[in-house]
Amino acid sequence: MTQQKKAVALISGGLDSLLAAKIVQDQGIHVAGINFFTGFCVEGHTHAIRKKGRDKPKRNNALWVAEQLGIKLHIVDIIEEYKQVVFNPRYGYGANLNPCLDCKIFMVRKAHQWCQQHGFDFIVTGEVVGQRPMSQRKDTMPVVADRSGAEDRLLRPLSAKNLPPTLPEREGWIDRDKLLGLSGRSRKPQIALANSFGFEEYAQPAGGCCFLTDAQYSSKLADLWQARGSKQYELDDIMLLKVGRHLRPKPHFKVIIAREEGEGNFLLGYRKQYISIISLSHSGPLALVDGDVDDKDIELAASLVARYGKGRDEAQVEMEIRTPAGASRPLKVRPLLSSNIPEQWHL
Amino acid sequence: MTPVLVDARRLLCPMPVIRVQDKVAELGAGTLVEVVCSDPGALNDIPAWCRINGHRVVETRISGEEYLVILEVGEA
Ligand code: SF4
Repeated sequence: MTQQKKAVALISGGLDSLLAAKIVQDQGIHVAGINFFTGFCVEGHTHAIRKKGRDKPKRNNALWVAEQLGIKLHIVDIIEEYKQVVFNPRYGYGANLNPCLDCKIFMVRKAHQWCQQHGFDFIVTGEVVGQRPMSQRKDTMPVVADRSGAEDRLLRPLSAKNLPPTLPEREGWIDRDKLLGLSGRSRKPQIALANSFGFEEYAQPAGGCCFLTDAQYSSKLADLWQARGSKQYELDDIMLLKVGRHLRPKPHFKVIIAREEGEGNFLLGYRKQYISIISLSHSGPLALVDGDVDDKDIELAASLVARYGKGRDEAQVEMEIRTPAGASRPLKVRPLLSSNIPEQWHL
Repeated sequence: MTPVLVDARRLLCPMPVIRVQDKVAELGAGTLVEVVCSDPGALNDIPAWCRINGHRVVETRISGEEYLVILEVGEA
């Protein structure tokens, strides 16, 4: 009896990877899922933070996909290694700070290594020729296969007929005739296929699978790099870029102001790392100060934060300034007028 | 038996799941693991991860702003 072949499918949580894995699974292949966490993944973070969405059920889409397919899912923390992809993408960035082609190569390479370590035969992705401007073009898809080292062990079931036959097809592990030849940006064929499989409530991320495709997020990341004098970040930095209003009154510091209670609760957890500011005399948001600041800077930050509290129209409000060590002091300030908050402070 | 504690507070989805996954990989079947999280999403994600990987959720609880999941490690 021939041994059942095994494939690892890159599961982003979106529809395409769900369908790709399903197509391969339906051909009798044992499929396991792998999901990479870069720190930039969209994955419901902002919903988790923001209180408004709390009544809605939250789920991790990659786990949901794995459950639909009845496969195991290995979630791999690649936060540290991924930094080099973001800092120095060989193939450059897309419209924003998204290094999509390098990112795909990196993930497929990791999946290929995982295959070798776990005795799996090939890799499956949900890529479609022409779907994404950078990483999913007819000329870049072979680059992913080559530079990742996966070569012809990389199968894209949704677009296979537009690409040369891969090892699983040539060896007869997979019937090429049952694979698809999708191309372009239309989502209709995928939706029809999902319906035919009976999948409902699947996720369809609009711009891409991570925050790096978001213009506003990217500009906050670029600001962080500029302020630090080099491309660098820690997980907390990139998490905080997803939360609150970010304003930079001076080149050497910025203020992160919660927009609602859920964000305030999230920022509370960072009070031991950053100076924090909150209004004592009126209700108002919690804010963090990121940077090396002196008393004048603190006063400016406090009057800026006061602008976003209920005492914004008062002549004076009392704020609490708290150091990371936990020492707090009151500070009376006049809330800044909105006309004194230049547009360029907003990141 | 005192459960093995995983402190996943202040971590956002999917970090709590990754912490649990890595801890469970070191433990034998039948071990109890207590996970404390501050991301409410963990109340869905950790049970989903358990269902997929053959572990049993013993209890889930909300305590103020913290979310607790107790699970029992299944057979590998
Ligand atoms: S959108 Fe983000 S996660 Fe997806 S390929 Fe591009 S850089 Fe990678």
